[in-house]
Amino acid sequence: MTLTIHRTGPAAVQDLGRPHRLAEGLSRGGAADRLALLEAAALLGLKTPVAGIEMALMGCEVTTDTATRIALTGATMQASLVGQPVEWNTCLTLAPGEVLKIGAARAGTYGYLVPAGGIQTTPVMGSVAAHLTAGIGRVLEPGDRLPAGKDPHPDAPPMVLKPEPRLTGGAIRLMPGPQTGLFDDDTRARFFATAFTRSRTGNRQGVRLDFDGAPFASGTGALASEIMQAGDVQMTGEGIPYVLLSECQTMGGYPRIGTVIPQDLPRVAQATPGTALTFTELTVEEADALWRPEADLLSTLRRAVQPLRRDPHDIPDLLSYQLIGGVIRGDETEA
Amino acid sequence: MTDTLMPEILPHGPDGVVLRLGLTAREQTVGAVQALRAAIETAAPHGVEEIAGSLTSVYLRFDPARTTRAEVGAAAETIAAAADLAKATLPAAKRRWTIPVVIGGEHGPQFGEMAGAAGLSEAAAREALLAARLRVLAIGFTPGLPYMGLMPKEWDVPRLKEITPNIPRRALVAAVRQLIIFTNPTPTGWRHIGQTAFQGFDVTRDPATALMAGDEIRFEAMTPADLTGLEADNVDGLGGATCEALT
Repeated sequence: MTLTIHRTGPAAVQDLGRPHRLAEGLSRGGAADRLALLEAAALLGLKTPVAGIEMALMGCEVTTDTATRIALTGATMQASLVGQPVEWNTCLTLAPGEVLKIGAARAGTYGYLVPAGGIQTTPVMGSVAAHLTAGIGRVLEPGDRLPAGKDPHPDAPPMVLKPEPRLTGGAIRLMPGPQTGLFDDDTRARFFATAFTRSRTGNRQGVRLDFDGAPFASGTGALASEIMQAGDVQMTGEGIPYVLLSECQTMGGYPRIGTVIPQDLPRVAQATPGTALTFTELTVEEADALWRPEADLLSTLRRAVQPLRRDPHDIPDLLSYQLIGGVIRGDETEA
Repeated sequence: MTDTLMPEILPHGPDGVVLRLGLTAREQTVGAVQALRAAIETAAPHGVEEIAGSLTSVYLRFDPARTTRAEVGAAAETIAAAADLAKATLPAAKRRWTIPVVIGGEHGPQFGEMAGAAGLSEAAAREALLAARLRVLAIGFTPGLPYMGLMPKEWDVPRLKEITPNIPRRALVAAVRQLIIFTNPTPTGWRHIGQTAFQGFDVTRDPATALMAGDEIRFEAMTPADLTGLEADNVDGLGGATCEALT
C-alpha cells in the first residue's frame, strides 16, 4: 500500500535509527522522541515499533490507497479526518479517498504519524530513518508516495493512550558523564541551580539552552575529542550548554557536564523555544537503576492503551481532547 | 614514571563506559588506546554490543539486561592489565590503504604555510607526507571521517584560530600531528594541504564507510590532471585508493 503526501511541513521518515555505528562516525539518529514511536506501536497493538513520519511543528496531509489504521503521537497537533476533528494519542482508520490533515503543533515540537504496517521505504544501512546530517534520506515533499506495510489488524477498534507528559519542559535528570569531573564543584552546583529555557537555536542534532548569568567554564582547553552521544550536555567554547539529540556528531572536543538519562530526553526534544528546563542530579547508581529496555517500555504501554469511546466521561482529558479539538475547522492550514 | 598504565573507567549514559588513558593525544597515549581497543575487540566482554573510540579513550556500549557496569569495568581492567599498556605500541595493521593526493598548489593552498609552521621546506614536508606510515586512529565527528596520525613531532602545529570557511570535500587537512580527509565541505581551522578524490562515506556504497580504525594509510602523489581524471570516473568513490590485506 502507499501513503501519498499532499502538503507537508518539515517532516521525514523516522524509525529507531541505526545503533552500533559509532565506530563509523554515524550517530544512531532515528526519532527525536523515541517514546512516541513506542506509544504508536502500543496504540496499533504491535509487538515491535514501526517507522512513521516525524513532523516538526507543522503537520502534513496524507491519503492512502488501502484502508489502514494510523496512530498519532508525540507533539499534539491539530488534526482532522474528512473535516472532523481527530484526537491525538489515538489511532484512527484512514480509508481510500479520505484526507487526513495534520496542522500546527499545539504543544511540543515533534509529532508522529505512524501507519500500522510502518513506512517501508528502502532501508539504508538497516534503517529507513532520514539522517540529514549524514546525508541519508531527505525531508518529505508534496507528491511523495511512501510505500507502507499492510495493516496486520485493519479491523481492530480505535485505541487511546494517556501519554507520559513531556511537552512542556520541566526537570531533566542528568547523570555524570566521562567529562563531568572536568567541571569544578561550584560550576556544577550553579548548573543544577540555573533556570534554563530552550533557545530558538535547535534541531535534531541538539538544542541550545539560554540562561542568565556567567558562562559555564571548564579548564579543558586542550581536551582531545572523545565519543559523544544523544543526551550529552555539551558546553561550547563560550560556556553555553547544548543538549545533544539523535543526529549529533559522534566525536567532539567540547567538554560535557553530564548525560540526560534516556527517559528524559524526549522532554528536551519536545521543548519548544522559550520552554523552561532545569536539571536535577542523579548518581550513576540511581541512573542505572532507572534503566529499562525499550521492549519493556512497549509492553507497559501496550497494557495501558484503552478503547477509544466517544462518551465524554470516558475521554481521559476532556479539555485537550474534546473542547479544543471541537473548534477546529479543519482548514486552518489552508494558504 | 610509573611502569603500569591503566584506564580510568568513566560512565557514559546508562549503557556505556569510557576507558580513558589520557586527556591529550600524546604519542604513548595514542598507541596504548589502539592497543587496548584491539585487545577488547579481540575478546569483547560478555554483554558488550559496541566498541568505538577516540585518540585518547575507548568507548564500550553494553546491554544492561545482560551485564552490569561493574562487570564490564572489571572485565576491561583485566584486559587492560594483560595488555601491559605502559609498553604498548600500535598493534599490527590488518589493512593498508594507499591514497592518491595532489599536494599543495591550488589544491592545497595552505601547504606552504603548514610546511613553514613545521619548520620544513615544502620539498621536505612533501617528502615526509609521502614517507609517512600513518594509522586511522579514529573515525568520527561525521560519518567516515578519518583521524590519521601521528605525523612526526614537527607537525605538532595547532589549528588556525581563524576558521577557513569552506574547505572542499575530500580535501586533505593537517593539524596537531594528524591528518583528516573531509567527507563534506567543512569550515575548519585545520590547514588545507592537499586534495584527494577519496570519499570516506558514501551511502550508495557497501560498506558505506571505507576506512576502519587501525588501518594503515600511505599517500602517493598525483598531479592535478590525475585528480581530474579520477573525479571524472569515480564510481566507487575511492578516488583511486587501493586496499591490501596484511596478514
